[in-house]
Formats: sequence, structure tokens, C-alpha cells
Amino acid sequence: MKAAKNEDLRDVLTLGGREFSSRFILGSGKYSLTLIRAAVEEAGAQMITLALRRAERGGAENILDYIPEGVVPLPNTSGARTAEEAVRLARLARELGCGDFVKIEVIRDSKYLLPDNHETVRATEILAAEGFVVMPYMYPDLNVARDLQDAGAACVMPLAAPIGSNRGLVTIDFIRILVEEIDVPVIVDAGIGRPSQACEAMESGVAAIMANTAIATAGDLPAMAGAFRKAIEAGRAAYLAGLGRVLDTADPSSPLTGFLRDDDA
Amino acid sequence: MVQPDDLEAIPSDVMERVLSLAEAYDASAWSEKQVRRAIHTTQRGVSDFAALLSPSAAPLLEEMAQAARSETRCRFGNSVSLFTPIYISNHCENQCVYCGFNARNRIHRTRLPASGIESEMRGIAESGLREILILTGESRVKSDVEYIGEACEIARKYFRAVGVEVYPMDVAGYAHLLAHGADFVTVFQETYDPVRYGEVHPGGRKRVFPYRFNAQERALIAGFRGVGFAALLGLSDFRKDAFATGLHAYFIQRKYPHAEISFSCPRLRPVRGGSAFRFSSLTEAELLQVICAYRLFMPYANITLSSRENARFRDNVVGIAATKISAGVSVAVGGHSGIEKSDGQFEIDDARSVDEIRRMLASRGLQAVMSDYL
Repeated sequence: MKAAKNEDLRDVLTLGGREFSSRFILGSGKYSLTLIRAAVEEAGAQMITLALRRAERGGAENILDYIPEGVVPLPNTSGARTAEEAVRLARLARELGCGDFVKIEVIRDSKYLLPDNHETVRATEILAAEGFVVMPYMYPDLNVARDLQDAGAACVMPLAAPIGSNRGLVTIDFIRILVEEIDVPVIVDAGIGRPSQACEAMESGVAAIMANTAIATAGDLPAMAGAFRKAIEAGRAAYLAGLGRVLDTADPSSPLTGFLRDDDA
Repeated sequence: MVQPDDLEAIPSDVMERVLSLAEAYDASAWSEKQVRRAIHTTQRGVSDFAALLSPSAAPLLEEMAQAARSETRCRFGNSVSLFTPIYISNHCENQCVYCGFNARNRIHRTRLPASGIESEMRGIAESGLREILILTGESRVKSDVEYIGEACEIARKYFRAVGVEVYPMDVAGYAHLLAHGADFVTVFQETYDPVRYGEVHPGGRKRVFPYRFNAQERALIAGFRGVGFAALLGLSDFRKDAFATGLHAYFIQRKYPHAEISFSCPRLRPVRGGSAFRFSSLTEAELLQVICAYRLFMPYANITLSSRENARFRDNVVGIAATKISAGVSVAVGGHSGIEKSDGQFEIDDARSVDEIRRMLASRGLQAVMSDYL
């Protein structure tokens, strides 16, 4: 059995010194707060993203009230266009009692919501130095992933496809390069549209999956969260088992060179 | 269309591009087959948008609505933002023939002092709202930039997001509002037909079409993060106006990729003192077609539903394409607290409170979000 990076044989995911047995990070940005508890339970998630807009202190709908005990909130910096804005939001999240985990999102493109890798590295440097457990959303570029790692990121979170697109593993070849070359956990963030894609990404050795829209737009939200959990667990098990070889052609039972053995006979 | 020298000019070809395409737009030239393609393709362009606004799309409105709902859910999930407008002054120097604030109309004019603005805003904030839209009539004397800036500063104390819908101003004016706490600028072009524009705006600075057209761009140059667009549908050929509105937003977003885009979708409504003005109203189906076309053309844009529309229409459309809805609306100065109530700008058709709107959204499986920003 393979022992994944940064993890011991118990196969736990370690982020910021904290161990997670679940490899499913649940997004919460696009559905009713009342569904969050059911979704978390079905997903078996131990970490849930938290749009800061919903973490209002004293507000009528404070998401922190809906997050079950033991589940780590992962506030994100959505809305930030620069490193400075991301840093401000992260500090605000800490002040609001959301803990030290923070997902960095720096986006200067309102159409495709693609991350600004350069600003993300800058924000990561600042926040990691302040003791945050920084989880940066990024475009899968190996050089940037190395920079993020050097800057103190707890993981890297490459996108599989644009946020909310449900298009699946569009960038999987580049994510596989990150899995091979980067020491911190690689967590696939945006674009996964169905459980089978989550499973395939996990088979490739990524450490965890974050999904939001695919679940938020499902007919039965908790049931879909449960389906993702199973797919992620199956993909992880397949990765650890070591996938069988893949051939371009059939493996014939009567091989072309069989005649050589016939002569021997 | 020459702009007087005392009004700021910026280097931009957006207006020429929009107007030339809008002028060439022939809504009758599009077939049902082209509309179907536009509905079901994954990457829509300008020609798809043109098809979606055409009369050939009318029989396919249900398909359009289904596709629009799917895009909305994908981008925004179940979230719907709530806000309310606050009118702080109705003094106006313009003579828009369709508007209750027309300088020639004999209505009760007033502007709220700072204490009045604060008291109104405090009351609004108590309803749970965290986003506000500050509006004035277009008088640079009675509601100058400093006055609006002061209102933004007060708003900042009570609200997370502050929009302004006031007269177009220079980059420096927008920078002033930004520095005092404003987040978004909305400017209605009213109509993108320059000839019709001249007819319905016979007096006041608003007559200068290009200065108004370039307002969103000046706001973005000043540093605003979001800008809103609208045509007042019914003033002119609504299909051409909707087409131009979408193109205006489209070209601005391409030039300023970070800009958060929003559309408002107002239909002309009867106004106090404006009964002599004749206009051609859109049907609800036509308005829905426009809203769905905006959504399919720019799936990431916010779409705001006006309280000009009735509750039944708003309740249904918010589940299809709209992402922002006003609640607890008064369109009169001082109308929220009743401290100094003036005549309103137009007549509203949905006066439900914030709680009533929240309950309506919840009953439809949607979630009221009070603010997107900290």
C-alpha cells in the first residue's frame, strides 16, 4: 500500500498540524444554510468552506451556527482582487472567530473567475508568516505551486475547470504534474461536476477534493454529498491499491510471437 | 453627439462599437433555428444574444427560461441578494418627459439633511438589510458630489455594500464617492437610440448622450469594483435597447475584466405628472425574454428586479434569472421613516417588507443573502 505524502500509514490528511480522515472539503457558498448540516453529515466532511459574507457577527444567518461541532470552517477570501484585499479578509475572518485556516482566492476576472497566481503567492507569503494555515486556490502551474510551497502554503488547490462550470477534469494532466512534484497536499478545487470525476482525480493521487456547485445544483443535495463521499473514498482506495496498467491495445491470448514457441515445441 | 468641452472625455471606443452594432441589429432577421442554437450552445456570443432577443425566440421562452435558470443556479446557487433604494433628494435639473422628478413637474421637492439620512438608514438597517442603493435626482447644485459623499459615509456605518445611482460625474467625482465608501455605480442610459434620447431629454445636462454613456467607464477608471447598466424598456424599440445594454456591459467587461457587471430591467411605469407622455409598454413575456437573454449572454452578471414589477412576476423571475431583489421599497425622499415624505419618482407595484421577501424566497428554496462583502 502506498503511503501518501505528508501522511502516515493511517492514511490521514494533515493540514496545519491537524489530521483529517475525510478527504472531502465541502463548499457552502451556493445553498441554503439549513441544508448545510445534512450535507456535512452525508458528506462525512470535516472541513467546510465559509464565505465571509455569511460569517456576520450577530447576523440573522450566521453560518458558524450551522456548522456541526468538530467540523473545521475554512473561510475564503472571495471578492479579493489583490493580495492586500485577501490579507484584509483573512485577518477579518480570524477576528470573527473563524480560526486560522484560510482559503486564498484572489480573482481579477469576473467572467471566468480564474485565480491571479501572482497575487496569490504574495498573499500566501504574508499570511503564512502571520501563522495562518494557508490553502491557496490556484491555476495549476508548477512554478507557481513551488513558489506557494516555499511561501509556506499548507497545500495547493489547483482548479480542474472554471468555478461553477461543472466541466470536470479539464486540467488533470497539469494537476498530475503537481502531484508528482509538490510535497504539500494537492487538493483539487473548482470545476468538478460529478462524483465520477472526483473519483478519477483521487485515483491520480490528489490528496482531497473540494466541491460546491456540483452538490449545490443537485436535485437532492444531501444525497449528492453522500455520492461524492463514496466516490472520493473509492478513488483514494484505488490510488493506494495502485492502479493496474493501461494498454492502448488488447493483451491477446494468442500473441503475435506465439509461433516462436510453437517451433520450440 | 458632440460633447461640450467642460465635460470630461476619456479615450474609449466602446460607444462607437455598441451604437454601430445596435443600429445594424435587425431583430426580424433571426430564425427559430438560430434561437435554439443560442439557447443550447455552451459558449454564447453577440450573434446568439441577438437571436435570443428576437421575436423568433418568443415561442421558445420556456426553453430559454429553463436554460437561464440552470445558468443562474450554476453561478449563484440558491443565493438571492436583498437591498433597498434610498432616495435622499428629488431636486432635478433635467426634463426627462417620462419621469416624476422632471424639473418642470410641480412636485414637493426636498433633500434630506445628514441627520435625516442617518435616521432613514438606521431604520433600514434594523430590518436586517446590509446593502443599500443611494439615489438622487440629477441636480448638481442641490445634491452635489460632497453631499452624496457624505451620504455614502453615513451608509458605510450601517451597510456592507453601498451602491449609488446618481447623475453621471467625472472620474474625480467618482473617486470622491469611492473614498467615502461607495462600492457600485449604476447609470441607466434610458435608451441607446440617440435620436429618441434627444426627444425624451429636452433639457438639462442629461441631454449629452456620450457623457452619460461613458459614466460606467469613468467609475471603473476611478477604481469602482462594479457597475450597473440598464435601458428603460419601452422608451424606444425595446429589443434594440436591450441588445445595446448587453453590448455595453459586454465591451466594458472585456476592457475591465475585474468589473462586476449588473443589469437592471426596468419597464416604463406611469408617473405622477407624466400622464401626457405616451409610451409602448412591454408585456411580461417580453420582459422575461429580455431578462433571460441577459442571463444567457452574460451568465456571471447580477440581474436586479425592480419593485416596479408586481409580486407575482418578481416571485417567479427571481427563481429563473434574477439574483438581486429590492425589499421594503420607498421611492420617495424620506419614505422609509416618513420623516419628510416627498412625491415618488415612479409608482411601485411590490411594497413588501424585507421579512415578507425573505419568507417568499425561503418558500421557493432560495436564500436571502444580505451582503456579498465584508
